[in-house]
Amino acid sequence: MADHAVVADDEVDLSRRKFLTTATIATGAVGVAFAAVPFIASWSPSERARAQGAPVELDLSKIDAGQMTTTVWRRSPIYVVRRTPDMVARISGHDAELKDPTSQYSDQPPYARNTLRSRTAEFLVLVGTCTHLGCLPKQRFAQAELYPSWPGGFFCPCHGSRFDLAGRVFNGSPASINLRVPPYSYPDPRTLRIGVDEKGAA
Amino acid sequence: MAVKTAPDAPAPLSTGVVAEPAARRFWAWLNKRMPVDEFITSQVTDYFAPKNFNIWYFFGSIALGVLVLQLLSGIYLTMFYKVGETTSFDSVEFIMREVNYGWLIRYLHSTGASAFFIVVYLHMYRALLYGSYRAPRELLWLIGMLVYLALMAEAFMGYVLPWGNMSFWGAQVIVNLFGTIPGIGPGLVEWIRGDYGIADATLNRFFALHVALIPLALLLLVVLHLAALHETGSNNPDGIEIKDKAGRDGKPLDGIPFHPYYTVKDVFGFGVFAVLFAIVLFFVPTLGGLFLEAPNFEPANPLSTPEHIAPVWYFTPYYAILRAVPDQRLGALLMLLAVSAFLFLPWLDRSPVKSIRYKGWMSRTALTLFTVAFVALGYLGLQPAEGLYVVLARIFTVIYFLFFLLMPFYTKLDPVKPVPERVVYHAH
Amino acid sequence: MRTDLPGLLLAVALLAGVLVPGMAGAAEEAAGAGEVARFGADWQSWRVNTDVTDMPSVQRGARNFVSFCLGCHSLKYQRWSRLGTDLSIPTDLLQKDLVPPGDRITDYILTTMPARDGETWFGKSPPDLTLMVRARGRNYVYQFLKTFYVDPTRQTGANNLRLPTTAMPHVLSELEGLKKAVYRDVMRRGEGGSFTHEQVFDHFETLAPGRLSATEYDGFVHDTVNFLDYVSEPTQAARRALGVWVVLFLLVFTWLAWLVKREYWKDVH
Repeated sequence: MADHAVVADDEVDLSRRKFLTTATIATGAVGVAFAAVPFIASWSPSERARAQGAPVELDLSKIDAGQMTTTVWRRSPIYVVRRTPDMVARISGHDAELKDPTSQYSDQPPYARNTLRSRTAEFLVLVGTCTHLGCLPKQRFAQAELYPSWPGGFFCPCHGSRFDLAGRVFNGSPASINLRVPPYSYPDPRTLRIGVDEKGAA
Repeated sequence: MAVKTAPDAPAPLSTGVVAEPAARRFWAWLNKRMPVDEFITSQVTDYFAPKNFNIWYFFGSIALGVLVLQLLSGIYLTMFYKVGETTSFDSVEFIMREVNYGWLIRYLHSTGASAFFIVVYLHMYRALLYGSYRAPRELLWLIGMLVYLALMAEAFMGYVLPWGNMSFWGAQVIVNLFGTIPGIGPGLVEWIRGDYGIADATLNRFFALHVALIPLALLLLVVLHLAALHETGSNNPDGIEIKDKAGRDGKPLDGIPFHPYYTVKDVFGFGVFAVLFAIVLFFVPTLGGLFLEAPNFEPANPLSTPEHIAPVWYFTPYYAILRAVPDQRLGALLMLLAVSAFLFLPWLDRSPVKSIRYKGWMSRTALTLFTVAFVALGYLGLQPAEGLYVVLARIFTVIYFLFFLLMPFYTKLDPVKPVPERVVYHAH
Repeated sequence: MRTDLPGLLLAVALLAGVLVPGMAGAAEEAAGAGEVARFGADWQSWRVNTDVTDMPSVQRGARNFVSFCLGCHSLKYQRWSRLGTDLSIPTDLLQKDLVPPGDRITDYILTTMPARDGETWFGKSPPDLTLMVRARGRNYVYQFLKTFYVDPTRQTGANNLRLPTTAMPHVLSELEGLKKAVYRDVMRRGEGGSFTHEQVFDHFETLAPGRLSATEYDGFVHDTVNFLDYVSEPTQAARRALGVWVVLFLLVFTWLAWLVKREYWKDVH
């Protein structure tokens, strides 16, 4: 037995061994953590995705009064509605039927946290994705289009969620919050720029 | 008798003994269902390796590390690479420029490919030095040769994927070689290509083979390689079998448990390798055109051949042999024989001793000449096939083959030195 | 006795045969043509030093490219916005001075010349230049831009020493001026002992000066090549910077691993 290759010396400094091993493993772990960064980061949107997600501009003079146009920003449909004065009037008067009339729980920039959910009364900018499970709500702008007391708004065909002409969700809908508002701004009165506001580019 | 236990302590067993902590209980549960502990003991902590391993014994574990690196970087590349003759090249530039850290993942893979061959060649050379291919390790050697062949196929197909001009023309030349096979040649070439020339069909199937089939084959072969190794145990620089000298406990006297001695040593070895690898990756990833060839930064052009078609450096020794022969068919055959010659080593080597340390001057001279020839052919394979280069390639091809052909004779005739009883070891 | 001579030879041979040519190819080489009595005689040894971290130089190169090259050549893998970020050019300046009107700042840098027209006018489409420095080398591009000479036998009126019979006209002649090639007669011994005469390039002769002096033009070309070097691999500066940290870390780790190894191997006799 004494002839074996490994002879455990009585002077084996176990604490030194433990310290060195721990220090090396710790350093190795730090190295592995740093090495993981490029692999994890590679999954974040590439420059191409970010470029394709650059702000989108719309010529507002192309939209007729009472009409809605759909564009795409960052892979989501964006609804831009040019509301008539009549449509603006039909936004009030049914707060009791809404889940979140003051947009307390919903997702919008500060300038859209109001009854009209927009910067100006005339234009409504919404993310056209139902806040339930993601279908595209259909426009039902006419008074009484769905039922006698329908003030006009959006109806989602997938599971029946209803939203008013400010994108606010009605009671009885599977969706729980109002339609989202993306960041946007008006570089000039005829142009809508989606994706940029006071906070800079989204 | 009530046993006072802390509120969250494990409940006492019926025998009254307090149960062990959760980790140990889990381990016991696991081992009743899978022989994990038994495996670790028999393969790592109670598996004995010779204590006299030197620098030549690092490269096996380093090769395993490089394999892991290639699998990881390769899988990530497939997340962004778009195979197709109109999209491949552009998608590689997309990875290099627009994917976050895409350049790093790409260079990991390209540097890793060359590193793999450097390490594997050194790993194989160790076997030549110490007779690690001799009985009872012939099967280990043969499986290793299959790993080498799979690796060459993997590297060749991988190089086609960026669809640069060298990717295209390299594929053209190598696939055309199969046309030299008598009778079935031309049909076989068209079948491999999937088209009348190297085309989208070829690229796509190479992608499938490179990403899925050959890596699976490689993993299987590496597992078999390790299984064969553990059956016989490692050879060592003195070429003597440590199992012949066992202690009373049955363990080889000149052996040490793989863990912790070789685990810590291999971690250090991998560290040294990693430093060199990082220096290349971050500062000279193209290595002057050896690791990433300049013509490959131009898209594939079937109407424009690069000035010098050369395969990547790790194929050039065999490429030099191919071009040394003026006849295409014979050249291809000789190239095939050059690679397969290694398969016969266990039976060509008739020396009574395994290691070069105890072989005579004939074997040493032969191995030295072979080494020089292999490196020289590698260099010549990178040069244009003209003038003096051709002459030298022919001379070195002859030397290359003589190493194998004459081996049964010079290993028998060689005056050998006496082999020690126990391995030669100096503490370090 | 450790006499693994073949092994040692292999290690030396590998080091010499593989690393040295590789490193030499990657090494920086001396710049400039220098004063030569016969201007251009040594053109094949002209070398350029590029430093992609020399921001002003790369910026000038970008401006040169947009002014003189973008008319025919694209940089289709490079975005304008990336140029702005990497070269510290503010977005509004980029949009105003460099980006062609109508293009968005996130667009790839494409030439205004339609591809078909390029083929019709020059016989071959002007190639994309994004990867030119990686594909042919910076010295190739440098020499190419400095060895144009007047050649009345050609449709473009110009020829090039680096790329003989190039389809590209001498676009930079207004800056460089015009020069002609002077040849000398050389006798070569052919096979069978017969002699043949050959006209071999000897030196350039300036015909007309350009707007820039020789030194200024050399600086112009240097900046342009520097820019093309950056464009061929925009991440290279980041790569080298990160490399320093990675290598340092690995050295520390390896040193620790060595200490652990040495500690455990004290057991082994």
